[in-house]
Amino acid sequence: MTKTQTGAPLLEMCHVKKEFVLDQSFLDTVKLRGGKITREKRAVHAVNNLSLSVQKGDALCVVGESGCGKSTVARLIAGLLKPTEGSIHFEGNRIDNRSRKQLLPVRKKMQMIFQNPYASLNPRMSIQQSLEEPVRYHMPSLSQYEIKDKVAEVMQSVGVDPSWATRYPHEFSGGQRQRIAIARALTVDPEFIIADEPISALDVSIQAQVLNLMLEAKEDRGLTYLFITHDLSVVEHFGTQVAVLYLGSVCELADTATLFENPKHPYTKALLSAVPQLSDDSPSHIRLKGEIPTPINLPNGCPFESRCAFANDRCKIEKPVPSKQPDGSLVACHAVEEDRLEN
Amino acid sequence: MSLISVRDLTVKFATRERSVTAINNISFDLAKGERLGIVGESGAGKSITGFSLMNLLTAPGYIDTGEILFQGENIVGKSDSEMREIRGNRMAMIFQDPMVTLNPVLTIGQQMIETLRAHRKLSKSEAAQIAIMKLRQVYIPSPEERLNQYPHELSGGMRQRIIIAIALLLDPELIIADEPTTALDVTIQADIMELLLELCNSNKVGLILITHDLGVVSQMTDRTLVMYAGKIIEAGKTVEIINDPQHPYTQGLINALPQQTQPGQRLQQIPGNMPSLNEISAGCTFNPRCQYASEHCKTTMPEMVHYNDVSVACHEVNRLHNQTAKVNK
Repeated sequence: MTKTQTGAPLLEMCHVKKEFVLDQSFLDTVKLRGGKITREKRAVHAVNNLSLSVQKGDALCVVGESGCGKSTVARLIAGLLKPTEGSIHFEGNRIDNRSRKQLLPVRKKMQMIFQNPYASLNPRMSIQQSLEEPVRYHMPSLSQYEIKDKVAEVMQSVGVDPSWATRYPHEFSGGQRQRIAIARALTVDPEFIIADEPISALDVSIQAQVLNLMLEAKEDRGLTYLFITHDLSVVEHFGTQVAVLYLGSVCELADTATLFENPKHPYTKALLSAVPQLSDDSPSHIRLKGEIPTPINLPNGCPFESRCAFANDRCKIEKPVPSKQPDGSLVACHAVEEDRLEN
Repeated sequence: MSLISVRDLTVKFATRERSVTAINNISFDLAKGERLGIVGESGAGKSITGFSLMNLLTAPGYIDTGEILFQGENIVGKSDSEMREIRGNRMAMIFQDPMVTLNPVLTIGQQMIETLRAHRKLSKSEAAQIAIMKLRQVYIPSPEERLNQYPHELSGGMRQRIIIAIALLLDPELIIADEPTTALDVTIQADIMELLLELCNSNKVGLILITHDLGVVSQMTDRTLVMYAGKIIEAGKTVEIINDPQHPYTQGLINALPQQTQPGQRLQQIPGNMPSLNEISAGCTFNPRCQYASEHCKTTMPEMVHYNDVSVACHEVNRLHNQTAKVNK
């Protein structure tokens, strides 16, 4: 959150909430409670009152443990899921209530890269076909010849030899497939890329290749990223801002440098200390009690209360709201607010 | 005497035309109570090494040559019933995915008691007592209740703890952990690693930790083997390997980590991919990706050479050492 940024953010999520109803059919909702038959619906509260904004040219990283709602956030933005409450704006226009057809022009500007390059490419389409399809769909005015040119140019830019275009996905290694998946996202000249764990399935030496490619694309094409990952060392390298999610709410949102230098939320601190470092041979991480609670029955108070070493009675009943800190970061924690963290 | 000693082990996989070498002539030792890390990328032969040590290779894989001495006793070629005496009892394995290693239709208690009673003459209640004690050792809350629960009722971290408890049931002398925390979150990973370290230290258990994560290796192990395309290319003290890697591949692996580069700068990458086992050339397996590769590297496979605290298989490293040796004279 550098203060020099002006103008509307490229993407904005305002108080977004997403629930997945578990008991779909009528019979599932009938429950026996204390001798009485009642109707109740259980729901997974995947994202709770989440507000984020991404400025043009930024790379916002969303981190958290599995089940914290990272991927749901990506899918909500891409329009693959509709939020239960709240709104999502892209370039100032609301996009979450649009129909598929109305979304089309937005989809051209917003592309997604998925985690598993083995599953995200159609095994029965050659690379040429896979890469041509989005161009044909989003740029109907281009001729056959221009489409071919475009595909060749993009393949070149991600370091895959265009002469391999007739091959099928199974003929490529994981790293090459992820390059092709990135190429497919780039063919329609998007402005915004949502990358959902794009390097988690790759080996260390290949991770570096793909990350470099994404950084190059960012510089050459002026891309804006929403980067979802659980790997904090990648975040430090790649992101300009970080949002730490826990049980569907933001616990800390800050500039990357600020967050790594001076993490404030107890969860962020625990997360950072848990990353195995090369140089220290005595693991001295902050041990968290227990595990992430289920998002079906959300606690009334702070979602992190059950694992937090600094929790008090207030944390049990009152949900903290993100508040601005002197260094510009947003932190949702009563303990930080009351300044009782420094032992 | 070392706990386990692997001598010139070669593992091959039979295919229709010819056999493919998955592990090429590797040797290493593990002392009692020592912790050894095996690192490398997928396909380097890490897991196959683990399987071979447990004698768990199944067709088309087979041990071609070499021997594995477990407390002086060669386990290569032992029958399944002979292996059953050793497996689980004296050495145990922890696998990567806690979601699939536990039997989903048996309770935790049934699985633990079954294992105990298969190896020891114990009554059910005696076995249950031992199971509860082991669960307590891995910090499972209310272990008596867990015995009656099914794996699906537990979280991933909890399941991995139970698997560690099962591995420790019969007080083995060696634990082989194959990517034990890869499927888990960082916070849970840190917990499990701390637990493993503590248990290995207190029970004097030897640990072979197979992983791709150099950070984990540097925190957990005394010595490290780096594997590439079925060969050990560097071996030695973990501290030495992490701080002063000799082999260009190890250097590349460490330099490719995002921590090693200033934020926003290009990461240092190793070009290309690991060769498939079908197309391994006569020379050094790393030469197509190596910046120092010379003609000599293309034709001759480098041997492991021992320097101070590490052994390296690289012509370039040898050349540099010879040079400095000459200068010193």
